[in-house]
Amino acid sequence: MGQGIGQILVFVVVLIAASYPFGLYMARVFADDDGFLRRGRLRFLGGVERGFYRAIGDRTAKEQSWKEYGAHLLGFSFLFVLVLYAIQRLQGHLFLNPQHMGGVSDFISFNTAASFLTNTNWQYYAGESTMSYLTQMAGLAVQNFVSAAVGIAAMVALFRGFSRRSSATLGNFWRDLYRTLVYVLLPVAIVGAVVLIAIGVPQTFHGYATATTLQGGHQTIARGPVASQIAIKHLGTNGGGFYNSNSATPFEGPGSLGGYFELFLELLIPFASVFMFGRWIRGMRNALAIFAAMFVLFAVGVGVNFVAEQHGSRVLRTSGVNITHSGLQTGGNMTDKEIRYGIAETALFTTGTTMTSTGAVIAGHDAMTPAGGAVPLTMIFLGEIIYGGVGSGMYGVLFIIVLTVFIAGLMVGRTPEYLGKKIEAREVKLAALGSLFPAVLILTLTAAAVVTKSGLASMYNPGAHGFSEALYAYTSQAGNNGSAFAGYGGTPFSAYLGGIDMLFGRFVPLIAALALGGSLAAKRAVPASVGTFRSDGATFSVLLVGMILLTAGLMLFPALTLGPIVEGLMH
Amino acid sequence: MKRILVASVVSIVLMTAVFGFAYPALMTAFASAAFPSQAGGSLIVEDGKVIGSRLAAQAFTSPGYFHERPSATTPAYNAAGTTFSNLGPTNPALAKLVHQNAAAVLKLEGPYDAGLTIHQIPVDAVVPSASGIDPDISLAYAQLQAHRIAAVRHLPLTRVQKLISENTDGRWLGFFGEPGVNVLELNLALDKLGGK
Repeated sequence: MGQGIGQILVFVVVLIAASYPFGLYMARVFADDDGFLRRGRLRFLGGVERGFYRAIGDRTAKEQSWKEYGAHLLGFSFLFVLVLYAIQRLQGHLFLNPQHMGGVSDFISFNTAASFLTNTNWQYYAGESTMSYLTQMAGLAVQNFVSAAVGIAAMVALFRGFSRRSSATLGNFWRDLYRTLVYVLLPVAIVGAVVLIAIGVPQTFHGYATATTLQGGHQTIARGPVASQIAIKHLGTNGGGFYNSNSATPFEGPGSLGGYFELFLELLIPFASVFMFGRWIRGMRNALAIFAAMFVLFAVGVGVNFVAEQHGSRVLRTSGVNITHSGLQTGGNMTDKEIRYGIAETALFTTGTTMTSTGAVIAGHDAMTPAGGAVPLTMIFLGEIIYGGVGSGMYGVLFIIVLTVFIAGLMVGRTPEYLGKKIEAREVKLAALGSLFPAVLILTLTAAAVVTKSGLASMYNPGAHGFSEALYAYTSQAGNNGSAFAGYGGTPFSAYLGGIDMLFGRFVPLIAALALGGSLAAKRAVPASVGTFRSDGATFSVLLVGMILLTAGLMLFPALTLGPIVEGLMH
Repeated sequence: MKRILVASVVSIVLMTAVFGFAYPALMTAFASAAFPSQAGGSLIVEDGKVIGSRLAAQAFTSPGYFHERPSATTPAYNAAGTTFSNLGPTNPALAKLVHQNAAAVLKLEGPYDAGLTIHQIPVDAVVPSASGIDPDISLAYAQLQAHRIAAVRHLPLTRVQKLISENTDGRWLGFFGEPGVNVLELNLALDKLGGK
């Protein structure tokens, strides 16, 4: 176990060392002054950017109010989802389809279009046997870039709410979108794809390969333009795999490095966003207090999953087979896990991917032990809060911070304010809407899924575990996470319900974030006084953890009781 | 409204062109120039014939070959239809599968390894992998099978064990992840030794 803990610690140190400067870089990219583009050899980029504004008919990238910002964001997203739906339905008649995949069915297309638009990447289909290269590349992978950029744009707009004073505007949607795509996502995706290709992820337009095996059988080997899609799949915390088994598939996650490298891409922007916030508001200590709160929950998640999976399930312990860790094997619960990853890397990846609502997997979550499986379940329940998806995680935690400041202020009798902005009724209402709406959505839809016949038909495992599957499914989709207890689904009912879950789970909090930003930006700054509640120390971190557990826990506990806890008792 | 429409349509066209076509095309051109083998799926070619990929398990049933881990794909080791088993920890089907697989291993290996009991069977030999095409088995499972391979192929056990360590992929940088034995590469190496 010591070796496993060592791997995890070294990875985390490297990640933090890389994400801190990256966060400072992101703060420069979105700064109001264009210093970034006026100096040095990169000046030509400014010209390209102005060309884009001319092309879309917004020559000056005019500042927008939160309502205009939101209207452009929604209009763009709505039109894009139609394109994505159409590509899937029509792929059988289009080019770049060497495997002659037919059109995708209406319910799967709807679910998938909603899924990729909302940065969820829930997958009701098996990629290598459903989607043409064109759909994967020009449909799904494009959304991997764009949905990530939309989330980051909304985050930056909310940041401006804190930094601006008496302002009616929050920036320009197209400018934030463009800058995320071109200066943040594309360069890292290219480097990421190069590394992935070098370690064995396929990147080709040739059709699937056919092999004559050593014993004379035939084996079809799925491949395609995989690496370019996988790089952004992780970097944009999307998670939708080219292959059905996602990064557990050796082509999508080759070697021990595959999992670690992809996790690095996945956590880079969520970690960096916290540091970016610190630089943005000129208060890194505030950001560190947030970072600490998130990190503690992350560490607990990794620890619990690691120990539980290494201990193994009761079925394995009583079966008599050897599950003891040794120099010759990882041991533990190896069901739906890969040898090269073992238990430690899988525990780290599983926690990281679910907390950032990425949804990529290097192991089957459905087959984890009750305590081990409760970690991804809890992480998706906490939703877009601790680190969270790119952009959405930061505005998710800022909702909770507003609530924390408000409640803590009431407890100690101080005026609720954060970073010099008074927190008043409107801010609290918006923050409550943003953080509690997903809970309402999850519980309503899970209830619908367990009391209807079509809902019950969507379960794979019997009993309490089946309930866990349904709960996981609607939580994962509402939180735009995308990972699954993968046995669940396959029915039109669950596909449509899930699509609705994802669309509302994404856009209601996002619009709440913009409204919150608009409301804060309009305020004057109040100077800090002795009455100000400090938001930059360990006390604040502890309060924030408490608030996160309270908001998520209150809705989580009754439902968890019916699923994993019953299983654990039966186990 | 019209401004949103125009800006959106133009953006969608431009973004699809750049991220949907230019970016993957550029990466594909790079891949075929710099890493042609990896780009094509790490295929192993012998005498001009593709015999598999070093990244995908394939079916081995003959006693003269090392066997892979169990696979939940249909058919087993389907490299164009990967899947988890999704067998939850309390699912009776899991207990049954573990029991059956353990019995099969005992039956296959027992005659070559006197005194083999279920307690020596490593867990990866009886539970399905995540992808269904995990190319690796644990060192423990490889060593368990070494007795059978040595007997069937009339090779000294030490020779087989040496071959196992030659075909073991260690941790990355000797530190990250877990070591595993690549079964296809190991079986290829066995065939090259002769003595089938």
